[in-house]
Amino acid sequence: MLTIKELKKSFNGLEVLKGVNLFIPEGKVTFIMGQSGTGKSVLLKHIVGLLKPDSGEIWFENKDITKLSEKELQKIRRKIGFLFQEGALFDSLTVKGNIIFPLKEHFKMPKSEMEKTVEELLSAVDLLSAKDKYPSELSGGMKKRAALARTLALKPQVVLFDEPTTGLDPILQVSILDLIKSLKEKYNLTCVIVSHDLNLAFKFADYIAFLHEGIIIEVGTPEEIKASTNEFVKKFVESASL
Amino acid sequence: MNPFSFLGRAFFKILSDCGGIFLFFLKSFIYSFFPPYRVKLLIKHMEFIGVKSWLVVILTSLFSGMVTAYQVNIALAKVGSQSILGGVVALTLTRELGPVLTAVVVIARAGSAISAELGSMRITEQIDALKIMAVNPIQYLMSPRLWAAIIVLPLLTAISDFVGITGGYIIGTFLLHIDPGLLTARMIDMVELKDIMSGIIKSIFFGAFLVVVCGYKGYYASGGAEGVGRATTEAVVISTVGILVSDYILTTLFF
Repeated sequence: MLTIKELKKSFNGLEVLKGVNLFIPEGKVTFIMGQSGTGKSVLLKHIVGLLKPDSGEIWFENKDITKLSEKELQKIRRKIGFLFQEGALFDSLTVKGNIIFPLKEHFKMPKSEMEKTVEELLSAVDLLSAKDKYPSELSGGMKKRAALARTLALKPQVVLFDEPTTGLDPILQVSILDLIKSLKEKYNLTCVIVSHDLNLAFKFADYIAFLHEGIIIEVGTPEEIKASTNEFVKKFVESASL
Repeated sequence: MNPFSFLGRAFFKILSDCGGIFLFFLKSFIYSFFPPYRVKLLIKHMEFIGVKSWLVVILTSLFSGMVTAYQVNIALAKVGSQSILGGVVALTLTRELGPVLTAVVVIARAGSAISAELGSMRITEQIDALKIMAVNPIQYLMSPRLWAAIIVLPLLTAISDFVGITGGYIIGTFLLHIDPGLLTARMIDMVELKDIMSGIIKSIFFGAFLVVVCGYKGYYASGGAEGVGRATTEAVVISTVGILVSDYILTTLFF
């Protein structure tokens, strides 16, 4: 579905991505793991064209995203949703206003239908009771669920999650990932989740990719990762089981 | 750092900012001609920049008109030309003080808010969120603000001219005891349509300039809350100084 080839990116002379190669399969949950500061979020931002690489390719629907103009990227972005780490909700709008925003921008639908879609999305993320609240009135977990509902409003095929569980307690972490998994089934999504929590990845991932020192050093199912002979991956797995 | 290197860096920073601001203006301007046309946002920003600024503009202009009349009278008294007070005050206000004071008031009240709002949206990734939702952020955030300022600044300037002249009239008539008929007659004699229009045209330029500078600084803010504060300060300083400099240039072009 998504193919990344030899992706390289430097910031102020510091090479963050040194030639990333990765295939994201359709309809699966792929976790991108790695230590903090290894460029996982940078990789994710390249997939939606928020960052341009120094070199390399990202193929989606027979198009190289890295070569697209801003106008062409807009079409792609309607198909690839992105959940920011802090949600990036519009703080001047209520939860309902945040979800209506992309609907108003891209769909010509009557108000009643818009309201119905909002209710459906908020029910899906179990946040119906908070629809009239502003982002500043929401907890971290609620913000992420509201942002997820907003992301789903455009009916994307792929959703990229930038550390969706960071800053949440363990119970909320599992509930957010349960929610992602159920929404993936309901809306037939391809999910790419950036995280550094290997235990959650083992529980929820179909595939896990390890990003280390700017390249993908290992890709596999959770079982394959557990049995990996790569020194770094072994160390990571051992640390996670402590 | 050696002084040449420091000066060189400062020069290139200014050059890069000038280029960036000009491109930002072009994008904001050109995108406004492409759908979706954001009329509701235009009205909202016109209210924010214009309606919510009128009281401050009136207060500033009234007292500026009054003090101008008072000071000019002292100077004119030395050469025995107090009869032209009304005309001099009206010329000063319509040509210079009206547009410049209005722009400075709008920078302080609305420009700083625009910079802080966009800066805050930048550091909380709300601008990236707009891009992700396939919305052109410059078209959404800047184009309506640009047109709002272009429409509203001349109107505020016209109010400022009127109120300032009224302030001068009040001081001239009631404090300096100049004949009201003479004051009014000199105003009509000395002020031409060109004088009023030059101020109005200046205000259109000032409106576009202040919104683009403040928007640019906020839009490209970085470095967390401190970065937003820095961007807002830079926006206010650059737009205020820029307006005073461009006022001089525009005046030399008009007259």
